[in-house]
Amino acid sequence: MLLLLILFPLFAAGLSLVLPWYRVRSWLLPVCGGLHLLLTGYLVASPGAVIGPWIGIDALSRLVLAVTSLLYFGCSIYAVGYLDLRRDRGNRTMVPCLLAFLSAMTLAVTARHLGLLWMAVEATTIASAPLIYYNRNRLSIEATWKYLLLCSVGIALAMLGMLFVAYAAMVGGNVPVSLQFDVLLAGAQALSPPWLHAGFVFLLVGFGTKMGLAPLHSWKPDAYGEAPGMVGALLAGGLTSVAFLAILRAMQLMIAAGDGAMARQALLGLGLLSLLVAAIFMVRQSDLKRLLAYSSVEHMGILAIGVGIGGLATFGALLHLVNNALTKGCLFLAAGNIQRAYASKRLSEVRGAMATLPISGGLFLAGFLAITGSPPFGPFISEFTILRGIFAGGQFWVGLVMLLLLATVFIGMGATVLPATQGEAVPLETGFHDSLLLVISPICFLLLILLLGVWLPEPLRIALTDAAALLEVTP
Amino acid sequence: MATLLLLTVILINFFTLGSARLVACIRAVAVQGALLALLPVVTHGVNGHSLLLGAGALLFKGLFIPWLLLRAIREVRIRREVEPFIGFVATLILGSLVTAGAFIFADFLPLAAEHHEGLYVPTALATMFSGFLLLITRRKAITQVLGYLVLENGIFIFAVLLSAALPLMVEAGVLLDLLVGIFVMGIVLNQISREFSTLNTERLTALKE
Repeated sequence: MLLLLILFPLFAAGLSLVLPWYRVRSWLLPVCGGLHLLLTGYLVASPGAVIGPWIGIDALSRLVLAVTSLLYFGCSIYAVGYLDLRRDRGNRTMVPCLLAFLSAMTLAVTARHLGLLWMAVEATTIASAPLIYYNRNRLSIEATWKYLLLCSVGIALAMLGMLFVAYAAMVGGNVPVSLQFDVLLAGAQALSPPWLHAGFVFLLVGFGTKMGLAPLHSWKPDAYGEAPGMVGALLAGGLTSVAFLAILRAMQLMIAAGDGAMARQALLGLGLLSLLVAAIFMVRQSDLKRLLAYSSVEHMGILAIGVGIGGLATFGALLHLVNNALTKGCLFLAAGNIQRAYASKRLSEVRGAMATLPISGGLFLAGFLAITGSPPFGPFISEFTILRGIFAGGQFWVGLVMLLLLATVFIGMGATVLPATQGEAVPLETGFHDSLLLVISPICFLLLILLLGVWLPEPLRIALTDAAALLEVTP
Repeated sequence: MATLLLLTVILINFFTLGSARLVACIRAVAVQGALLALLPVVTHGVNGHSLLLGAGALLFKGLFIPWLLLRAIREVRIRREVEPFIGFVATLILGSLVTAGAFIFADFLPLAAEHHEGLYVPTALATMFSGFLLLITRRKAITQVLGYLVLENGIFIFAVLLSAALPLMVEAGVLLDLLVGIFVMGIVLNQISREFSTLNTERLTALKE
């Protein structure tokens, strides 16, 4: 069943390579996305953990799988409308790469073997590079090159971290030398601490590069800025969550070995740094998509802080993962529409989006309010939960710094988004108008985060509690 | 035997750090990959696992990837690395410093008893550092790819020590990922040279704050 979930997008990717019809190829995306979502829904709803030696589902992967699948389905519907607009660029590479990307993400989420996890994450890098290069101009080459090189080197370091963990088993004795996650988890106490710590640091750096935690985020604004909107949505909402899951796996190991405190401190430090860096670069940022990229750095920081604090904040961070993915989906898709309409993503050209493009402009403004943590949207609840966890944990200064930086981000982001959305309507030269396919997904994402802001469904609460419990086990 | 192999690997590190001729650098990295392909067999004896791993490494690291890179530079007609960020002599000195550092550092590491003697861990560290040096100090995109490959070679040496932990399927996947990654990088390299008519990465600076 799980294997099917990983293999059928790959099969569809192969199919899309030979299909000669443009529209059929485009429609293959939502068909696969929908099928993936259905299967995921079935798997997530069936209770109990299914864990094999290679792939399996536990509470954490269940959560991330559901989120990425939902986001992917939304983006795939948008993709049909988008690819219709971009007939000049074609979809011959876009569709197979998007499908392979889905397969690699699913594999990464469900992997129970660290080596397999590594392979899958590296495969997501390779599959997404052609997506970033979609526009085929100088800027997108530069972005793709930085993305490929930085992420590949980062992932190579994660590989080293993984080998260190295996070496920890070898030096520690008493544990079978293996990279199977459950074997490692069971024998975590016997792992040699120095090697395990070194392994954790390298895993954090490696997957942190992929996730875009500062100071390893430098590829992010370029890649998100140059990639098409829906690719940005998939990277910022889906791929970052997958990389975060990989970091959480390393964290689970550290906690099982009784070194959770060190891991938490490392995450907390990186999280605060990310928040700081993002806040600095968001002020006076005149490029809408780069602004969103820094917002992604900021929210990765918030996730890291939440898990770094632990307790209630872990629950908040996992809820924030859901909220962030959906909000980023809404924002990037809306920003994509605005860019198509104005043929620009810079503040110097984009003015009066609300009046010119009522739906996309409105969605962008609402998404901005949501992502900066304004009530009544979901991110408000999750950020509030994290802050409550911080203050309850007695980390007064951390809470204060975080509040201050969140306020800075709100002002910095507002200074760009408000002028772009408010004001008089401008005549568009591109002839772009909001069509159903291009707005339905961001509207649904926005409604979902609005729903999550006012009401947390019981099944989701249980899923979050179960997932948080995996990170709270004290030996 | 293993010691001899590893010493040659270190010599090749120095060669790539000091040479300005790109073709020679690519060939050197190819030889390094091919030598490393022998390492599993030398270390773990002749058995199915080490033979397959060695064959895979030889095929990908020693033959296929260098061929891809050589083809890439033939198309863009670039032969020499000019004016690196840090001069060749300076990189060589840095390279010897980090290699010495790697040997000293490895002595302090809490290694498993059977690895105290061999050169595996210091060589792995020195090769990784050399790869990093290449990545940081060179301007040509293709040398950066070489740096990444040398870095991967260093990790490979460490991985050979742990082949019990890495099932064949995972090793094959890692090699395949590496191959496809380099393949995609090669395509991007081509596009860079077509678009900018150079492979110098300092031209890639339009995107910044």
